[in-house]
Amino acid sequence: MAGEAQRETSDPIIRVRDITVQFGATRVLDGLNLDVKRGEILGFVGPSGAGKSVLTRTIIGLVPKIAGSIEVFGVDLDASNTSQRRNVERRWGVLFQQGALFSSLTVRQNIQFPMREYLRVSQRLMDEITMAKLTMVGLKPEVAERFPSELSGGMIKRVALARALSLDPDLVFLDEPTSGLDPIGAGDFDDLVRTLQRTLGLTVFMVTHDLDSLYTACDRIAVLGNGKIIAAGSIADMQASQHPWLRQYFHGKRARAVMT
Amino acid sequence: MGADILNSDPKLERIAKGNALALCATGTWTASFAPVLERMVADAEKLAGTPQSIFIDVSEVAKLDTFGAWLIERLRRSLTKGPVEAQIAGLSANYSSLVDEVRRVRATAVVDSSPITITGMLEQIGRAVAGVGGTIAGLVDMLGAVLAAWFRVLIHPRSFRLTSTVHHMEQVCWRAVPIIVLITFLIGCIIAQQGIFHFRRFGADIFVVDMLGVLVLREIGVLLVAIMVAGRSGSAYTAELGSMKMREEIDALRTMGFDPIEVLVLPRMMALVLALPILAFLGAMAALYGGGLVAWLYGGVEPEAFLLRLRDAISIDHFIVGIVKAPVMAAVIGIVACVEGLAVQGSAESLGQHTTASVVKGIFFVIVMDGVFAIFFASIGM
Repeated sequence: MAGEAQRETSDPIIRVRDITVQFGATRVLDGLNLDVKRGEILGFVGPSGAGKSVLTRTIIGLVPKIAGSIEVFGVDLDASNTSQRRNVERRWGVLFQQGALFSSLTVRQNIQFPMREYLRVSQRLMDEITMAKLTMVGLKPEVAERFPSELSGGMIKRVALARALSLDPDLVFLDEPTSGLDPIGAGDFDDLVRTLQRTLGLTVFMVTHDLDSLYTACDRIAVLGNGKIIAAGSIADMQASQHPWLRQYFHGKRARAVMT
Repeated sequence: MGADILNSDPKLERIAKGNALALCATGTWTASFAPVLERMVADAEKLAGTPQSIFIDVSEVAKLDTFGAWLIERLRRSLTKGPVEAQIAGLSANYSSLVDEVRRVRATAVVDSSPITITGMLEQIGRAVAGVGGTIAGLVDMLGAVLAAWFRVLIHPRSFRLTSTVHHMEQVCWRAVPIIVLITFLIGCIIAQQGIFHFRRFGADIFVVDMLGVLVLREIGVLLVAIMVAGRSGSAYTAELGSMKMREEIDALRTMGFDPIEVLVLPRMMALVLALPILAFLGAMAALYGGGLVAWLYGGVEPEAFLLRLRDAISIDHFIVGIVKAPVMAAVIGIVACVEGLAVQGSAESLGQHTTASVVKGIFFVIVMDGVFAIFFASIGM
């Protein structure tokens, strides 16, 4: 199995072992194993409703699991105390599917919110860092005083990414970052993720449906099916795979259009 | 983790050689050390003097993030005066892209929200007064829209949304019965107890029945129920319509060719207008029952005597005066709630403000209407 091949990695930043998640009678994740290596961009794909978001939310701790263990930065999240957990949370950033910006705060306040909570820095530095983050995600400084309801869909994603990056995390979770963006915007976003990964040394865990993202942004791809990782590896491995869903996904009409 | 070994206090050393100044940064330049770093950078800016050339040597920096990179960039910018340009030297390949990224940042002064001034306060008062006019216009507008929708439904009865109306009837009327009956029952008890307590001093115990009957049927019954409905259902209407507005559901309805007034507002209004008289009647009965119970147990007025006295004291007019007010008050509550709901803007805060406004304005208008009715009924001698 492809899951076994990952074992050789010495220093995974996320280590998921035998995770089982159940909602009522439906078992969404069933003994799932996954490693995410330091500094890589892992693309996470699978059919709709397979539980990609559920796995992300389980790792972050928003969905309870009934079995298994999760280690992030070498800390077992179930065995950790509050301060250890806070320490881990301070080192990751999450981009939610809908952005999840605080609607009653401006863009600037949204980005500064985690800084205010975790760091003791002057207002001047916070403002300057906010501008730096906005520049990094490709937004103009004028956006800073707007409210989330005054932003376009693409801008919301960018601001949400800026907020996820506000504490300079080592790890970011991106839940469908390019969904709802036009192809050019989505391409820009992929480049952005790549650039940020290079400049900030990020590890990126990206749930996506976007074939372009998989080709251009991701170092490695993991595929979820039947509550397990059915394959993990490079894009070439995915194309070589004989799994029926993978064959359809990577050799379908849309995939061919992307490859040419 | 491996990174912990590298966690050493950051330093910024000054080495001045003749006209050249070198600043050597060492240690960890990350967010956790930001306060120290900021102070060091500020000190270095002050002590810089006017050297001919300036180098910021970052080759010994163990770890750098956006905070550290920005502070180095800030130092570089403030040391660059006139022809002398400060240089960053010894940048490792890992961090050069980060520093380049930060260099692109345009430092714009953030405009602080303006402080509170007298003119600002006056402006707010002015806006609030103008807002009252806007509120009334909005209510009249909604009243017109609802009536227009109502006439459309009268012409085409098939377009009336019966299922939705019944659903809202259940929410607003049926589910409200227990709490309305309980509260009006208790209020009836309290009125009777207070009446007996004070009337007993001059031996007029039995007149408590007159007071209870008139007060409950004419005023308290309907007013109390209307206030409770404004708090219970008015707020629910505003929150429902407001969150639908926030998620663009109302826009979606409009694009499908549905009139949101007809689909959303009219069934809610109908449910409320039908529900409030029913609830007011039940409330009045519960209050009379509670009052009678207290009069019997606490005041010693036998139930037969209570009923006899009640028949003498009140006429059908009292009941009509009370119940006629109910649908009008319901309409006022419904219109206020729907106007506020549709006025919700994009944020959670706005939803909260409009829900509060819906209840406050609803209760206010209910009491105003009650006063208007009191004058009207006094004039026609009812």
